Amino acid sequence: MTARLLETNENGLYCAAGGFYIDPWLPVERAVITHAHADHARPGSSEYLCSSRGAPVLRERLGPDSSITGLAWSEELDLQGVRISFHPAGHILGSSQIRVEHKGEVWVVSGDYKTEPDRTCDSFELVRCNTFVTESTFGLPIYKWLPERDVFAEINAWWASNLAKGRTSVLFAYALGKAQRLLAGVESSLGPIAVHGAVQRFVDVYRAAGVLLPDVMRGDDAGAAKVKGCGLVIAPPSAANSPWLRKFGESSSAFASGWMRVRGIRRRRAADRGFVLSDHADWPSLLHTIEATGAERIEVTHGYVTQLARYLNEHGKSAGALATQYTGDEEMGE
Amino acid sequence: MKRFTQLFFEIDQTNRTSEKTEALVRYFREAPDADAAWALYFLSGRRINRSVGTNLLRTVLSEESELAPWLIDECFDTVGDLAETLALLYPDRARGDTGPLHQLVEERMLPLPALADPEKRTLLIGAWDSMDAQERLVWNKLITGSFRVGVARTLLERGIAQAFGLPSTLIAHRLMGSWEPSIEGFRAVTAPEDHGVVGVSQPYPFLLAHPLENPLEMLGAVEDWQIEWKWDGIRAQLIRRQGETQIWSRGEELVTDRFQEIAAVGGHLPDGTVIDGEALAWDFAHDCPLPFAQMQRRIGRKTLGPKLLAEVPVVLVAFDLMERLGTDIRLDPLSKRRNYLEELTARVNLPQLRTSTLLAGTDWGDFATQRASSREMQSEGLMLKARNSIYATGRPRGIWWKWKIDPHTIDAVLIYAQQGSGKRASLFTDYTFGVWNEGALVPVAKAYSGLTDAEIREVDSFIRQNTIERFGPVRSVTPLLVFELAFEGVQKSTRHKSGVAVRFPRMVRWRQDKRPTDADSLETLRRLAAG
Repeated sequence: MTARLLETNENGLYCAAGGFYIDPWLPVERAVITHAHADHARPGSSEYLCSSRGAPVLRERLGPDSSITGLAWSEELDLQGVRISFHPAGHILGSSQIRVEHKGEVWVVSGDYKTEPDRTCDSFELVRCNTFVTESTFGLPIYKWLPERDVFAEINAWWASNLAKGRTSVLFAYALGKAQRLLAGVESSLGPIAVHGAVQRFVDVYRAAGVLLPDVMRGDDAGAAKVKGCGLVIAPPSAANSPWLRKFGESSSAFASGWMRVRGIRRRRAADRGFVLSDHADWPSLLHTIEATGAERIEVTHGYVTQLARYLNEHGKSAGALATQYTGDEEMGE
Repeated sequence: MKRFTQLFFEIDQTNRTSEKTEALVRYFREAPDADAAWALYFLSGRRINRSVGTNLLRTVLSEESELAPWLIDECFDTVGDLAETLALLYPDRARGDTGPLHQLVEERMLPLPALADPEKRTLLIGAWDSMDAQERLVWNKLITGSFRVGVARTLLERGIAQAFGLPSTLIAHRLMGSWEPSIEGFRAVTAPEDHGVVGVSQPYPFLLAHPLENPLEMLGAVEDWQIEWKWDGIRAQLIRRQGETQIWSRGEELVTDRFQEIAAVGGHLPDGTVIDGEALAWDFAHDCPLPFAQMQRRIGRKTLGPKLLAEVPVVLVAFDLMERLGTDIRLDPLSKRRNYLEELTARVNLPQLRTSTLLAGTDWGDFATQRASSREMQSEGLMLKARNSIYATGRPRGIWWKWKIDPHTIDAVLIYAQQGSGKRASLFTDYTFGVWNEGALVPVAKAYSGLTDAEIREVDSFIRQNTIERFGPVRSVTPLLVFELAFEGVQKSTRHKSGVAVRFPRMVRWRQDKRPTDADSLETLRRLAAG
C-alpha cells in the first residue's frame, strides 16, 4: 500500500512528500493556510503560504512579523515535487481550497466553503480531483439555506421595524467574514451603522482589498450617540450581554448564523431574532459539490463527519472520516 | 392556520412581554371566534392527545423526503424536537392553502386517531403538502401533542382581557377548568362582565406561594401568621355544586375518578362548597402521609384495583375554603375562611377529609425547630400564610410563603450524557451521575438543571472530547467531572439497579475542586434512605 498524500499527525494535516502542513494546529516549519479563521490559521509557524487575496487577512490575524507568502489564484508552486495551488472557496475574503498534486494524483482540501455567490469574496471554484477533503459543519439535511437576498430582506425588515419603534438593532455575527458580508448586504440607506472593534479591524482589511462596504462608525460614545434608537450595530457574539452594548440604549438583538436554522439553538441564544445566514455550504450544496468534483474518495472533516460519510457510502461513494481539530468557526463564533 | 402560525412566530421571536401581549391582543381582535377558540385552547396549554404515532410520522417522512430512517434520527438528535425535525426535512411543496385553524383542527386533526394507517398517511401528506415550513412546525406540534409557546398563563389572560376590555382576574377565572373550544365557549370567556363567571364545574384559580426569601423577623409577629406543614402531594380543589362533585388538580386536570375516596366526601358537603387542599396518600396507622412514591403508584393509572386502594388510601388535607353555601368567600380574610372550613370539616366528620394541622409556637424559633423535623413528618417544610389575607388570584407576593427544608446533597460523577431537547437542542445537557460502590461507579440520578449556560457549553465540549462509547443517543463519558447534586428525598427501590431512588435531583454546582475519587459512595445514599 502506498503512503497517502495527506495524513494527519499530532501537528496537523501533513504532506510528507511536499514537506508541508495544511492548516496545522501546532507550530510547524511550513504551513499552507486555507483561510484566516482562528481554528485554521494558528500562530507560531515559521513560514505561511496562502492565497494573495487571503494574505492581508492572515497578516491581520497573525501579526506583522509573520512570514506570509501569497500566491495568485491557480498559480502553481512546486514543493519537493508536489505541486500546490490555491482556488477560491467562497467562505470569506481570500479563503481557498488547496489543490495538491503529486505523481498524477490530485487532492483538494476544501477548508471551509460555500458555493453561493458572496460580494465580499471570490466565488467558489469547482476543482476536479481524486480525493476531496470536505468540511461538514452543516452536514445534515436539516440545513438548507434560503437565497441570500431573502435573508437580507428579513434583516432589512427587522431593522426598519426597530427603527419605527425607536430601537437600536444589534446584530451578532462572526467578526471576520460574516460581519463584512452583512455590511455589504444590508440596506445601508436605512440608517447609520456602527461596528464593534473586533469587526472594525477586518472591515479595514476588506476595504484595503477593494471590497465595497458602507460607511461605518466605531462603537465608541460618539458612534453610539448616532446609532442609538435608529441604527444598526454589528458585533461578535462574545459582546452579547457585555457592558459595551448598554450605550446603544433600548435594542432588539439578533444572530446571523446557519445554526439559527434550529429553533432550540435560536431560543438558547436568548436573542429576539435569528437569521439563517451561513458562510458554509448547506446539505444540498455539500452533496452537489462532492459529486461535481468527480472525486473517487471523499474525506470528511469537521462537523457532522460520521453522518455525512455514512450517507455518502450509502450513495455509491467511498468516504471516510478525517480527524482534525478544526471546530467549524460557526460553532464557536455564531 | 396562516394567522395562527404568524402569532406563534411573533411570540417566539421576542423576549419582550409587552410585544407578546400586543401580538395576542392583535390576534384575538382579528381572528374569527371559531379560530380564536382553538387558539385559546392550545395557548392555555390544553392538548389533544397525540393523534398519530411517531413511527408512522417517521415512515411517511422517510418516504416523502427519500432520507434513510437513521439520518432522520441523527437530525432529530440535533434538533431535539420531533415536530421541528419533521417540519425541516419535509420537502417544500406548498400546494394550495391550509384553510382556517378551526377547520384544520376539526376536519383533519380530530378525526386522525380513528383512521387506519393508510388513511392517516394520505391525510398527513395532504396537510404537509399544503403548508410552508413554519405552518408544518406548528401543525406537527399540535398533532404530536407537543405544542408549547412562550406565553405564561397570566400573559394570555392579560392579552384576552385587553382585546375585550375585561379584567384579567375575570378571564383567569373563566379559563379555569374545562371549556369547549367552540364559538360559544369562546364567547362565554369573552362575554361582558355582568354575565358572571361560574359554571357548575368551574374551579377557582389556585393561590400559589412564593419561596421565603427574607429573614423571618421581617414577617412581623408570629400571631399574624397561620403556619402549617407543606405537604408533598397533589394540590386539589374539591367542588360540590348542584349535586355534583368534581376534583381539579392544580394542572387543571379533572381527577375526580382518580381520587374516589375524596370524591365520596362530596355527597356529604352542602351545595356550593369549594375546598382547597392537598391530596395525600395516607398512613392511617401512623396518622401521617405515606411517601410520595406510594402516591405515584396511583397517579397515572386509569383504573384502580381494590389492592391498590387498600394499600394506598388517599385523603384530602383541606387548608382553605373558597366558596361557602354558594357564595364566593375569597375576599374574606384567611382567619374567617379557616373558621368556616373547620366548622365544615367538623360537621362532615369523615376520615378522608382532614383539616390541615396548625402548628403552635410563640416565636419564630419554635417554628424553625419544627421545620427541622419536616422530613420525619414526610413534609417538605412549612407554609406561612398571613391571617388577614384574601384568597388572591395567581402568585401574589407576601401573603403565602413556602419555607422549605434544605435538600440533601451528595457529590457524584458524570458518567453518561445525552443531548437535550427544545432550547437545549444539540447540546449535551441530560446527565447521568454515579457514586462509588465496590470500586465502580453506579448510576444513581439523572439531572438536567442547575448549570449556567457557560458551564453547559463547557461540559458539552468536555463530553464531545471524552466520549468512551455511544449507545444510540447516549454517550458514556470518561468519569472525570464531579458535581454536587441536591435532592429532596431518597427511597429504597427495587426498580433501580442501585437499590435507591432519589426525588427531584438537580445540580447545585460543578465541583471543579474535586476529583472523581472524592465523590460519595452508595452507602451514603443507603443510609439516607434508611434514616
